[in-house]
Parts: sequence; structure tokens; C-alpha cells
Amino acid sequence: MSALSREQVAHLAGLARIQMTDAELDKMAGELAVILDSVAQVGEVTAQDIPPMSHPLPLTNVTRPDVVRPLDERLTAQQALSGAPAQEDGRFEVPRILSED
Amino acid sequence: MTTDLTRLSAAQMAEQLASGAITSVELTQAHLDRIAAVDGAVHAYLHVDAEGALATAREVDELRARGEQLHPLAGVPIAIKDIMTTTGLPTTAGSRMLEGWIPPYDATVVARIKAARLPILGKTNMDEFAMGSSTEHSAYGPSHNPWDLDRIPGGSGGGSSSVLASFQAPLATGTDTGGSIRQPAAVTATVGTKPTYGGVSRYGLIALASSLDQGGPCGRTVLDTALLHELMAGHDPLDSTSIDQPVPPVVEAARSGDVAGLRIGIVKELTGDAYQPGVQANFDAAVAALTAAGAEVVEVSCPHFQYALAAYYLILPSEASSNLARFDAMRYGLRVPPADVALPSAEQVMASSREAGFGEEVKRRIIIGTYALSSGYYDAYYGQAQKVRTLIARDFEQAFTQADVLVSPTAPTTAFRLGEKLDDPMAMYLNDIATIPANLAGIPGMSVPSGLAAEDGLPTGLQVLAPAMADDRLYLVGAALERMLQEQWGGPLLDRVPEPTQLSKEG
Repeated sequence: MSALSREQVAHLAGLARIQMTDAELDKMAGELAVILDSVAQVGEVTAQDIPPMSHPLPLTNVTRPDVVRPLDERLTAQQALSGAPAQEDGRFEVPRILSED
Repeated sequence: MTTDLTRLSAAQMAEQLASGAITSVELTQAHLDRIAAVDGAVHAYLHVDAEGALATAREVDELRARGEQLHPLAGVPIAIKDIMTTTGLPTTAGSRMLEGWIPPYDATVVARIKAARLPILGKTNMDEFAMGSSTEHSAYGPSHNPWDLDRIPGGSGGGSSSVLASFQAPLATGTDTGGSIRQPAAVTATVGTKPTYGGVSRYGLIALASSLDQGGPCGRTVLDTALLHELMAGHDPLDSTSIDQPVPPVVEAARSGDVAGLRIGIVKELTGDAYQPGVQANFDAAVAALTAAGAEVVEVSCPHFQYALAAYYLILPSEASSNLARFDAMRYGLRVPPADVALPSAEQVMASSREAGFGEEVKRRIIIGTYALSSGYYDAYYGQAQKVRTLIARDFEQAFTQADVLVSPTAPTTAFRLGEKLDDPMAMYLNDIATIPANLAGIPGMSVPSGLAAEDGLPTGLQVLAPAMADDRLYLVGAALERMLQEQWGGPLLDRVPEPTQLSKEG
């Protein structure tokens, strides 16, 4: 059984940077127990020599020549900032990133 | 008006545009009128761009009048799933997180559609970030199945499927991570294809699970779907997983429909008791029709498919939890500071923004993914799921030594009622049982109408699967089946779809 406590769900929510109320945490703990019990079936496959598959295709990294692309093929700073919740002096404006103590 | 232009197929529209029988402005306006008349009841569009669509239509008409060479689909209107970025048009992916966001760049498929000059009618509804099978997880309310407005149009691409089935566009785009093109097609009597992974560029498609996501075409006929497939597909240097090979000859296959001698494998694990009787009966009848058309039928076994759903619901949330980390309330999207904190930190703003911007299902999957990837659990969950994925790909390899294509019902049931499975995530996930294996292995799949179920009169679909880069085989089988069954039915199933306004409960 893979039941999760409310404290465990709260820890995961913290890692995922999602604030949740106590009521949400309780509801989610119940739902996750059902889902995790079901997906735990993957553990029934016990053969040792199966390579993991992360991707359907053999992946190779793709690069392009390191040259400045023409204006119509790249974003201007203004375009890049166009969806930002806050901006200042042509930059993204963010809340403080260091703690005060 | 004696002929309703919206009832034509995209191929017929293209012919009439080319011959000068109709103009793109007439055709586009007919669709805008149709949207105004029925979308209040269907709620398939999140945004309609009348002005932009008509501007493209005028341009096509002018160029045509000047004798310019145009793409065969130029002037034929299209609807775009709201997960694809569009400059100048809002792109929300069905989420509050992106409400009002206007992307600064076009998805590659959108750029191709614009270059071919198809008027873009609007953006279609979807489950939030494509997580769902019903559109009920859209932050903007569900779409309604034109066959019965109390029922789901499938998901996540239920906006695109209901647009097609209510004649609000002849073509639409979709994305398919575990069935989001094929299952909506099945429950609305439309056609939808998930191409080979890497066949259609993912650039500008808001990512759900990058190793599973694939954009693809949706249409009312097999040929229309092939024409859009050809336009959307092909190598894109902006997507590192894009396949640098010629697009399989899908249009040629759709025009041919010759299945004589083709070996069709019935996947034993994807038939039987788990499927609604009418779904199974229509599947059996469709297989009989393909046999009559000259195909050979064999039974194949894919023993590890029983673990596909479990593997998928570990791999998808794991990748989604990582992909959706980009919604950090800093560069784009919603920013909601915590209510009771003076001078909150970036981390606190992030957490309260994600609380406000994400719906329940999205939060659920992010938390599952975070759990499956956390140290101490990684091997038992994510690692084990990746092994299952290998076994499923091997099952397909083995099956394709015995058969050229595989078939199954697309979805286990016809469209269920709105609200019926909303409080039971596992029941909702079971909808994708037949479609998920193709995403795990990266192979192409299509859903094509197989009839109306005897017990409820609602559409059912047949799924065709083919080896990677053999997408053309889907269209051979789809076209053969469409031809055979329409002969039996006396025309397309969609001739029988009720008028949405007549059914509207709100009046």
C-alpha cells in the first residue's frame, strides 16, 4: 500500500512550489493513495535485464552555428518581456530572492 | 442559400476555391456565421478571430485572382488547439495560468499553416495543459459533444473534435500525449491522427510530457486529415526530436485506400469485456468490412499492454512536473502574491501563483510526478515505468512481424456524461487504455469512425496503429474503412448529427 500522509503531501507540494490548504492536502492524500496503488503495478515486472526507455527515438543533440540570427528570426527584448507580470529597465522584475534573516 | 458551405469536406472546399466557384471570404464568413449560431451551445472555441480569418481570406482571394500559385488548402479555414502558440492570438492551454497571454512567436505548425494561408478561425478548448479526456479540466468550462450536449466531446482535444462535428471548421489541429487526438475523434465520429513521434514539430506546442507529446491533424474525412497531416509534418531544425526524413505519402494513401493483401492484426489485449458491447460490435463489423476489402486478419498478442496505463501515469506526471516548473510567475503567466505576507520572497510568490493558476488535475499530476521522481522512490516508480516502456515497444516490434498494421477500438466506451467521472481520476484515466501504448512506443495511430453504438446511438471509433514512419498505412486502412462503411450507412455518420441549438438546455 502506498498511502501518503498529509505531511508527505505537504512536503511534495513544497518541493513543487504549490501552496495548498489543509483541506486540499487531505483530499489529495486520499486520491493519491488510489492512484499510486494502481501505478505500483509496474513493480510486477521483475526481469533484471530490461534497459530503461526514456524516449522513443535515439536522441542526439542538435546545435546550430553560433552566429547572431537575423532580427525576424529572433525575439527582441521587448517581445521577450511582453508576457512578463512585471518588468523594469528592459528586464524581468522579480520579488526578493534572498531571505531577510 | 441552397448549399451550406460548412458541410463540404476540406478537399471539396479546396476544389471549389481553386475553380472559382466560391471565394475564401464567403467560405470563412459562412464558418463565422456558423460559430455565432451554434458555439454558444457547444463551447468549442476559447477565442474566435473573425478579423484575422477574414484578412487571410481576402488575401487568398486577391492572390488567386492574380493567378498566383497557392497551397492546395489556401483559403480553407482551420481551428487551432489552444496549446499551440500563435502570435497576435491568446494562447492559454486551457489554464488560468496563461489567461490573456499573447505569445511572441508562432509554433512551427502554426507558421506552416499561416504560410499556406489557411484562415485561422480561432483557438479550441482543451483540458488544462492537455491533462484529461473530457475537456472538463479546462479552466474555461467544458465543451459539449454535438451528438449529445450533455456528454463529453473527448479530451484533451475536445474543442477541436466538437468544432469539426458541429461544422464550425473543416480542419483542426490537435496534440496527442496519450490519446488526446484519437479519443475525441472516436466519440464525435471524426478522424484524427497521432503521427510518428518526431513527425510533426513540437516547437511552440506547450509541453506536457515531452517524450510522449505529438501534434497532429483532425478532420471529418480521412483525405482531409491526410491533407492537413502533409502540411503540418516534416523536419524542423527548431525541434531537436524532429525526424529529418521525408513525410510518409499520406495523401496518396488516403486517395488509394487499397488494403488488398494487407495484414491487419487484432490486438488480443485491446478487445473483449472491458469494451462496451456496441463499441466491440462496431469494431467487429469494421474488421469484417476490411476483410471484405481484401485485407487479411490475424490475431496478435501484446502481453505487456496490461502495464501500459500504470507506466504512462508515472512517466507523464514525472515529465509534466518538470515541464510545468517553467510556470514560475516571473517571465510570463499569472503572478499572485500571497495574501498575508508583507514583502514575500520569489519562492512564496511562485507557490501562491501556482496555487491560483493551476487546476486540481494539474496539481494532482505535478504532485504524483514529484513523488515518482523523488529519491528513494525513483527506482520503484519512474525507473520501473521506463522498463515497462521498453517491454511495450518490444511487444509492438513483435506484433509488427506478424501484421502490417494493428487495430483496436479507440476508446472502451462511447462518450460519457459530463460530470460522470470527474470525481474519480482512475476511472477517467481508463479511457486512454487503448491509445496510450502508441505514445509510449512512439508509433503512429489514427481513429476513424466505426459506427453508432446500438445501445445509445453514439459514435464509436476504430484505432489503426502502424510502425514508426509508416503513417501512410493508417490512411490506407482509414480510407478503405471509410469507403466500405459509408456505403453501408448511405453516407457519412455526421449527416445524422443533431443541430446543437435544438438540443441546447439553456435555450
